[in-house]
Amino acid sequence: MRRNGAEDMSEDDERQQSPRSDLEFTSNKARYCKATGSASDHPDQVLENVLENVLHFLTSRRDRNSVSLVCKSWYRVEALTRSELFIGNCYAVSPGRATARFTRVRALHLKGKPRFADFNLMPPDWGAHFNPWLLAMAKPYPWLEKVYLKRMSVTNDDLATLAESFSGFKELVLVCCDGFGTNGLASFVSKCRQLRVLDLIESEVIHDGTDWISCFPQGESHLESLIFDCVEWPINFEALERLVARSPLLKKLRLNRYVSIGQLYRLMIQAPQLTHLGTGLFSPLEIAGQGDQELDYGTAFAACRSLVCLSGFREIIPDYLPAIYPVCANLTSLNFSYANINAEQLKPIISKCHKLRVFWVLDSICDEGLQAVAATCKELRELRVFPINAQEDIDSPVSEVGLQAISEGCQKLQSILYFCQRMTNEAVIAMSKNCPDLVVFRLCIMGRHKPDPVTGEPMDDGFGAIVMNCKKLTRLAVSGLLTDKAFEYIGKYGKLVRTLSVAFAGDSDMGLKYVLEGCSQLQKLEIRDSPFGDAALRSGLHHCYYMRFLWMSSCRLTRQGCQEIAHAMPRLVVEVIRSADMEMDDFVETLYMYRSLEGPRIDAPKYVTIL
Amino acid sequence: MAFEQDLNLEATELRLGLPGTSDQSAEKLASPSNKRALPDVNEESMSRDHNSNVAAAAKNCDQETAPPTKAQVVGWPPIRSYRKNCLQSKKTEAETAGIYVKVSMDGAPYLRKIDLKVYKRYPELLKALEDMFKFKVGEYSEREGYNGSEFVPTYEDKDGDWMLVGDVPWEMFINSCKRLRIMKGSEARGLGCVV
Repeated sequence: MRRNGAEDMSEDDERQQSPRSDLEFTSNKARYCKATGSASDHPDQVLENVLENVLHFLTSRRDRNSVSLVCKSWYRVEALTRSELFIGNCYAVSPGRATARFTRVRALHLKGKPRFADFNLMPPDWGAHFNPWLLAMAKPYPWLEKVYLKRMSVTNDDLATLAESFSGFKELVLVCCDGFGTNGLASFVSKCRQLRVLDLIESEVIHDGTDWISCFPQGESHLESLIFDCVEWPINFEALERLVARSPLLKKLRLNRYVSIGQLYRLMIQAPQLTHLGTGLFSPLEIAGQGDQELDYGTAFAACRSLVCLSGFREIIPDYLPAIYPVCANLTSLNFSYANINAEQLKPIISKCHKLRVFWVLDSICDEGLQAVAATCKELRELRVFPINAQEDIDSPVSEVGLQAISEGCQKLQSILYFCQRMTNEAVIAMSKNCPDLVVFRLCIMGRHKPDPVTGEPMDDGFGAIVMNCKKLTRLAVSGLLTDKAFEYIGKYGKLVRTLSVAFAGDSDMGLKYVLEGCSQLQKLEIRDSPFGDAALRSGLHHCYYMRFLWMSSCRLTRQGCQEIAHAMPRLVVEVIRSADMEMDDFVETLYMYRSLEGPRIDAPKYVTIL
Repeated sequence: MAFEQDLNLEATELRLGLPGTSDQSAEKLASPSNKRALPDVNEESMSRDHNSNVAAAAKNCDQETAPPTKAQVVGWPPIRSYRKNCLQSKKTEAETAGIYVKVSMDGAPYLRKIDLKVYKRYPELLKALEDMFKFKVGEYSEREGYNGSEFVPTYEDKDGDWMLVGDVPWEMFINSCKRLRIMKGSEARGLGCVV
C-alpha cells in the first residue's frame, strides 16, 4: 500500500474503499446462496483452490469486498487471500473479530481519530489506541510485515512489542500519531532486524532523550525509507551518517530541521541513489562566518540523478536555492510548504520544473508566484497553498487571481487545497470548467462567512459549479459565505462525493438535509459551527449506516435529539463529546457518530458520553 | 545644538513629507522597506515609523489603526498545530528581525526611523540616508572620514560614544548602533574629519 510516484500525503486513497466495508458480512448472511452442502465436496474444493489462486491477484479493497459477498465459499476464500487489511475506523470492528475473519494478513492499515481532532476540536486522550490491535495480532499474524497507522495513539511499549512480536517486520508508517517518543523508536529500531521502512509523518514525538539513530543494528541495513522530518529534537548526526553509508538500498530520506545544509551535503554524497529527499534546515547552523568553506551544494544535487521528490527547506536561506537547479527538471514533487520565499525567489526554480506533479507551497509566493507555476507546470496534479499567517481579516497574498491562473495553466489538476483571504465565484467557476479532472477540491477562505468581494454574493455558485462540472469529484471542503443553496447543489450534483467538510456555512436544517439525502456515496461528513439541528440529522438517518462517520460540532443538536438517534440506530455508536470543563447541558457541543459492529467502546474517557 | 530659527511655516507644517520635500518624494520613501513588506502594506509600515505627532496629523491615519481582529476561534483556520507552530516562529523571527534606530539630522524639526536590517552594507545605508534627508556625503576614507561633505553620518554606540559611520565592519555596526545622527560638517570636525 506504499504510495508510489510523487510524495502524496492526501487522504484520498479512498478510491479503494467500497461503501459497504467488511462490516456488512453479518447482515448479508441471508443473501448468500444456499451452499451445495451435502453434495460431493470435491468439485467445490477444486473450485475453491482455483478461486484462491485467482483471488491472490486481487488487490483492490473494494473489489475484495464485493467478492466476499458472492457466497459463503467466496467469502471464505477471499478472507484467506486478503493479505492487506484496511480498517478505516479502528472502532468499527474489534481486533478479535478482524483477526478471526482474516487469518493471513501481512499488512495492517488502521485509522483512528477523526480529522477534526487535528485542529484541537477534540480533547486529548480520546482514544484510538494501537495497543489492543497489537496484542490481538501477535499470535494470528506471526508473519506481519507492515503496519500503517493514521491518527492513532502509540506508546513506547507498543513500539517495542511490535518489533519483538513480528520477526519479519519490515515497514512502519506513522501518520499524525502521538503517544510515543525517542525511547520507543530506539527499542523499535534496535529489535527490528529486517526493517525497510520507518516513516514518521506529521507525528508528535516525545523527547525521552534517547539517541535512537544510534540504535539501528550494525552491519548492512535493509533500510529503503527513513522519514523523520517531524521529529522536533536533535539527532546524532555522526550516527546518521554511518547509517546512511551502510544503507545501499536507501531511496527515501527526509531529515528534520536539526540537520544543517552542511550535514545534508555529507549525507547526499553518501547516497546519490536517493529518489526522495527532505532537506532539513537548508541553512547553516550558525551564520556562516569568514572561516567557513562554502561547499558546492549544486554538485551534490547534480549527483543525485534519481531525485524526483524534494521537501524540507525548514529555515531556508534563499541564497542556497540555486543548489537545487540541477534536479528541477526531473522533479515530480516539490514541497516548499515550510519555506518562506517570495515570487522572485520561486521563479528561477519553478521555471525549470516542467515535470512537476505535486507542489506544496506557502502563500508567501503570492498570486505572482502562482502565475509562474501555472506558466510552467503543465503536468501539475496536486497543489496545496498554505498560509504563512493563519489568521482572519488580514491582507491576502493569494487570491482569486492565483486560482484563476492555476486553473488556466494547470488543466490536468486533480487535487487542490487553497488557503486564501479572498476568493470570487468567477474564479472558482473558471476552475470548475478548466480542470474537469478535479477529484479533490478544498478551498479555505479564512475569513468566516465571507462573501464574494466583487459581487457581494455568497459563494454558492462557485461551489455549485464545482460539483456540477467536476464529474469525478470525491472530496470537497467548502468555506466562505454559503446559504442552503450551496448544499442543494452539493446534494443534487455531488453524487460521487465521499468526503465533505463544512464550516460556518448554511442557513437552516435544509442544508444538511440536502446533503444527506442527495450524496449517496457520502462516507465522511465533518461539520462545525453550522446551524443544523436534530431534524436535519433525523432526515438523513437512513444513510448513516453507509457512512464511516459523521462529525458535528458547535451545531444545533440537542442531547434529546441525539438520544433518539441512538435508540433508532442500534448499530451506530453515538458519542457526545464535551470540553473537559463544560457541564452536561442541553446542547451538544460535539457529536461523533460512526457505525460499528461492537457497540459502545470501553476505553472512552470521562468527557465522552456514549448514548 | 542650535536649530535654525525658521519662520517658514511650510517647513514646520505637519505632514508626511520631509523638510524640503514635496509629497511625491514621500512616496519614494516606501522603497527601502520593500524587502519584507507586501507592496500594498508599504505605506502602512512607513506611516508607523513616523513620530506619532506626524502620523496623527496625516491623512492616512486610518491605515494606522488596524481593523479590530475577530476573536480567534479554536481550530480555525484548519491548520495543524505542528505547521502553525513552525510558521509562527518564522513569522516572529521576521517581525522582530528589524533593527530600528532613530535618525536625526541637524536642522530637521523631527526625527526619522530606519531599519538597519534592510541594508546589507554601508553604501546602501548612506544612499538611503541621502535620499531621506536630501543631502550628500562624500567618499568615506579610513583616514579622512567623509571628506568634502556638508553633512557627516555619525552614530551613538552601545557605550554612549558618538562614532563615525563606516569605521567598523557592517555586522558590528548594526549590532552596536543605537541611533544615528547626521551632523553638520562643521560640527563633525571634532571627530577627526576634514571638511
